[in-house]
Amino acid sequence: MAWQWFHRLGSPRWFYEKSNRWLTWLIPLTLVLLATGFIWGLAFAPIDAKQGNSYRIIFIHMPAAVVALAGYYVMAIAGGIGLIWRMKLPLMMMKSAAPVGAVLTALTLITGSLWGHPTWGTFWEWDARNIFMLILLFLYLGIVLLGSVYPSRDAADKACALLALVGTVNVPIIYKSVDWWYSLHQPASIKFTGESSIYSSMLYPLLISVLGYYCLFSLALILYTRHEILVREARTKWVKDLLPLHSKGGRSASL
Amino acid sequence: MADARVVSIWRGSKAIFWRDMRLIWRHRSDIVNPVVFYLIGITMLPLGIDASRQLLAAIAPGMLWIMAMLATLLSLDALFRSDFEDGSLIQFQLSDQPLYLTVLGKVFAYWLSTGLPLTLIAPILGLMLSLPADGYWALVFTLIPGTAVLALVGALGAALTVCLRSGGLVMTLIIMPLYLPVLIIGSSAVSNAVAGFGYQRELALLGAGLALALIIMPPAIAGALKISSNQ
Repeated sequence: MAWQWFHRLGSPRWFYEKSNRWLTWLIPLTLVLLATGFIWGLAFAPIDAKQGNSYRIIFIHMPAAVVALAGYYVMAIAGGIGLIWRMKLPLMMMKSAAPVGAVLTALTLITGSLWGHPTWGTFWEWDARNIFMLILLFLYLGIVLLGSVYPSRDAADKACALLALVGTVNVPIIYKSVDWWYSLHQPASIKFTGESSIYSSMLYPLLISVLGYYCLFSLALILYTRHEILVREARTKWVKDLLPLHSKGGRSASL
Repeated sequence: MADARVVSIWRGSKAIFWRDMRLIWRHRSDIVNPVVFYLIGITMLPLGIDASRQLLAAIAPGMLWIMAMLATLLSLDALFRSDFEDGSLIQFQLSDQPLYLTVLGKVFAYWLSTGLPLTLIAPILGLMLSLPADGYWALVFTLIPGTAVLALVGALGAALTVCLRSGGLVMTLIIMPLYLPVLIIGSSAVSNAVAGFGYQRELALLGAGLALALIIMPPAIAGALKISSNQ
């Protein structure tokens, strides 16, 4: 059965047990990649001719931006799968992806403004990418907010999934329109270091950092989802067998 | 066998449309309120910022658009509220007619009673903000498709939050980011017209946005209504 793997994805229990094994190699992989990327980038990559040492924050900033944007699509696709096939697990993943993505977007904004201070001379500039990341943060927070105000968990999941799907159509439009607005209002007063012009000695640690961030995102997503599974399946037998201490207390199983 | 009871879907959405128009006519204040909000909001601007004609003319295109957006958002909260409270929403879902056509009829009636009045009053408010003469047609022409897109996108927020007690604020927060492209394109069309350039490109983009919204939003709104009324 070619589709068996797909239907397995609907089972929270299967995911919980499988992800036990994934975590054993994903955690070290994430740590190694991030440590390599950061140490190489922050300590050993050459100094930028124009920006000096301040450019080094790119190794923290740029991968966060890439993964934050990708995270929105992961969230929306998971939500779409959950809506269409009525599966529990993808909806749990969608709900878990929202706060992770929001934190990464916030990290991008914070590191970006820290980087902007020495190089552009300002913490905040109404630049196309700045605005886009800010709007992305609003989109993420909207999903988190909508999920938290609904009285029923089922309805909250479906509502968030629907909003995320509509947002997916809108994200490229927002990106283009912000870009367009920028090009209309401001002739290029700030030159970015073009990505194609980056030296390979800076590019490799950057790529490793990007990979590390992707692993970090997956790791956080899996951990959040496992937590969500335990909370929602607290009444089932397999969770009670897994956590005998918690289920005895009755209410403490909601941990 | 049930031929006598089969209603054509177009007759169905027409019936919904006229029902809503009649309801709106009976609560005429619903039409007036967004327009008054628009008027008051625009009045606050010169008082809060500066009444010099030069500055007002410079910020007029953006401000006219932002206030129109806020007026739409405020009035959208009530779009499905009464249907949710009196149970009509459940009846819409039980009827033979596809829910998205019902939604389309409702949103069209809503736009006629809110988007259109806002569009018609906008030139007068432009006068108050001393918008240069070239901007008026651009303002009206872009507000027509623009408010329709705002209504379609905002109706999703209204549908998602209709079951919540403090739905209005939540709706505003989740929908505002989605309004950004319309705001940028609409206000830059007016600015371009003021500066003496053409605005056909912006008009075409808004038209494309309206076409896209007409395709994807009604099913999404219908789905949202099912979610929020069946819990």
